[in-house]
Amino acid sequence: MAMTTPRQRVGWGAANFVVIALALIPVLWMVSLSFKTPAAILDPSFWPQSWTTSNYQQILETSQFIRPLVNSIGIGLIATLIAVIFASMAAYAIARLDFPGKGLLIGLSLLIAMFPQIALVTPMFNIERDLHLFNTWPGLIIPYVAFGLPLGIYTLSAFFREIPWELEKAAKVDGATPFQAFTQVIAPLAAPGMVTTAILVFLFCWNEFLFAISFTSTLSSRTAPAAIEYFSGSSQFTVPTGPISAAAVVITIPIIIFVLFFQRRIVSGLTSGAVKG
Amino acid sequence: MAEIILENVTKRYPDGALAVDNFNLDIADGEFMILVGPSGCGKSTTLNMIAGLEDITDGELRIGGKVVNNEAPKDRDIAMVFQSYALYPHMTVRENMGFALKLAKTPKAEIDGKVEEAARILDLTEHLDRKPANLSGGQRQRVAMGRAIVRDPQVFLMDEPLSNLDAKLRVQTRTSISRLQKRLGTTMVYVTHDQTEAMTLGDRLAVMRTGLLQQAGSPQELYDRPVNLFVAGFIGSPAMNFLGATLEEGKLRTSLADLPVSAQLRQVLESANVGRQVIVGIRPEDFEDAAIVPPENKQYGITFRQTIDVRESMGSDVFVYFNTDSDLSTKSDQLADLAADVGADDTSGTEEQITARLDAATKIREGENAELWVDLRPMHVFDPESGRNLALEARGDTDTRSSS
Repeated sequence: MAMTTPRQRVGWGAANFVVIALALIPVLWMVSLSFKTPAAILDPSFWPQSWTTSNYQQILETSQFIRPLVNSIGIGLIATLIAVIFASMAAYAIARLDFPGKGLLIGLSLLIAMFPQIALVTPMFNIERDLHLFNTWPGLIIPYVAFGLPLGIYTLSAFFREIPWELEKAAKVDGATPFQAFTQVIAPLAAPGMVTTAILVFLFCWNEFLFAISFTSTLSSRTAPAAIEYFSGSSQFTVPTGPISAAAVVITIPIIIFVLFFQRRIVSGLTSGAVKG
Repeated sequence: MAEIILENVTKRYPDGALAVDNFNLDIADGEFMILVGPSGCGKSTTLNMIAGLEDITDGELRIGGKVVNNEAPKDRDIAMVFQSYALYPHMTVRENMGFALKLAKTPKAEIDGKVEEAARILDLTEHLDRKPANLSGGQRQRVAMGRAIVRDPQVFLMDEPLSNLDAKLRVQTRTSISRLQKRLGTTMVYVTHDQTEAMTLGDRLAVMRTGLLQQAGSPQELYDRPVNLFVAGFIGSPAMNFLGATLEEGKLRTSLADLPVSAQLRQVLESANVGRQVIVGIRPEDFEDAAIVPPENKQYGITFRQTIDVRESMGSDVFVYFNTDSDLSTKSDQLADLAADVGADDTSGTEEQITARLDAATKIREGENAELWVDLRPMHVFDPESGRNLALEARGDTDTRSSS
């Protein structure tokens, strides 16, 4: 890197500040709103004049939000688990084996990742109704797995490619079946990759809104982002801004925790294969 | 323990490349067999086929009398040491060594006993609970060996197991491998590109080139009676000197001297229809300072004068180098392969450097026009076209096995 002049440094600092402010101010505003009293919602001051936790109490006391939160966690975890298991097998095959249709498989999985989801909502709605999957956990888990798989296959195959092939040969000579070689030698070594993939897939499931709102109709399977949409105010004419903000803060917390703890993992997962092919 | 028989084994890759061509070799029970050759000669492919890591395109492979062409590696009862060692990074030394036994569902107590026994032999006892990442290169190499011996397999396969060690450790480990093999008495197939390693370790050597077995035999046999130019140049260190020669008036005219030819050799040379151009091979050990050759030996060779270029004293003996107009213009692809192996691709030049190994008592100095003697009894004469050693035929040594 070339030397930077003080002038350049000030310039960069200012640019960074603007970008960070643009990204963070709405979040802080949301946090601020969640602590304002219903009467003060329209108060233009940035921070609340009087802090209240009533919004949080309101959403955490009713099943209107708790039940969707449980749905979100359950659906997210199950979809992630299934997606990572299938993705690791598929990625292993792509990284290691030469089979007919390999290129087609990679192309298809890329296609799924690229496909505009809105185009699928209507046909999938009909399919789910016919299969009695509408408004059930599997009704969301299945599409989440389908969309999580390409992401998982891509990140994991990059991890698998970095594991020396001789280890697998050694396992074979040691008497392992291909499945044993995979589960006892390759998979433990790819564990960091699997954790990264799991985080990415879980975040995708957690944030997903379109399918969640389209394929659910009651609290039994509605996930948190969709449930927020159905919050009602104290009267028909009040917008429940406070509770919405509080719920948004609650569902953001896991993401912040994930990103803070696994920051390097996530970056390495997203960029793996970018440098080393 | 078992013998290994390779019968017409061939490996052809899907893209048509022929890696191993019609390979025949019998490896006796308990034998230490070395596959040696320059890189790309098919030796590792052959080993992988014995291991079952590569399919055999054609031919038959028998281990202990059983055809194993289609058996998975785990059903062949073999153990293999890889060049990179291929230790499982997430397991401790103990787990690494016990992994095969664990897969075979051996009782825990028996695994522990065998692992500890192997660790004792290999001096790894205090490292048993460490991970491979925390071991030195030599220790990792021993763990790889340990992983193979705990299984007490029928056959050991080793793929250049010493190439990642530094020179000193390599010599040490070489002797310990040799001792281990004698002690266990297990059939061992060992792949290397290093001819010194091959000569010192093996009961027998199989020299390969471009997927073809050139010659198989004991180190001494390959040294004394190489069937062709390639084996002659590959075996022995420093390598054999090659000189272009023309058969004229019953003598081989070379840039060094006119070399007399025995009646049998002349007959072979004339009947072999190889033309008048041949390649003469003389080992550095067959030269001597004319001043110190015992008089009764002089009759077996001839003397000549050359200006010494470089003298290197090794203590035990002296190497002298001199250049001669060797005229190796006679093209030979075996010669080119040898040159490529040592990293010198300019054998086509007319100046050839000759290496001679003299007794330490020699007084020859650099720059001196010295009188040297060369023993002609072990001299080899090669057909430049096919690389065949015509001197062997003259001596009636044609029984030595050759692949082509």
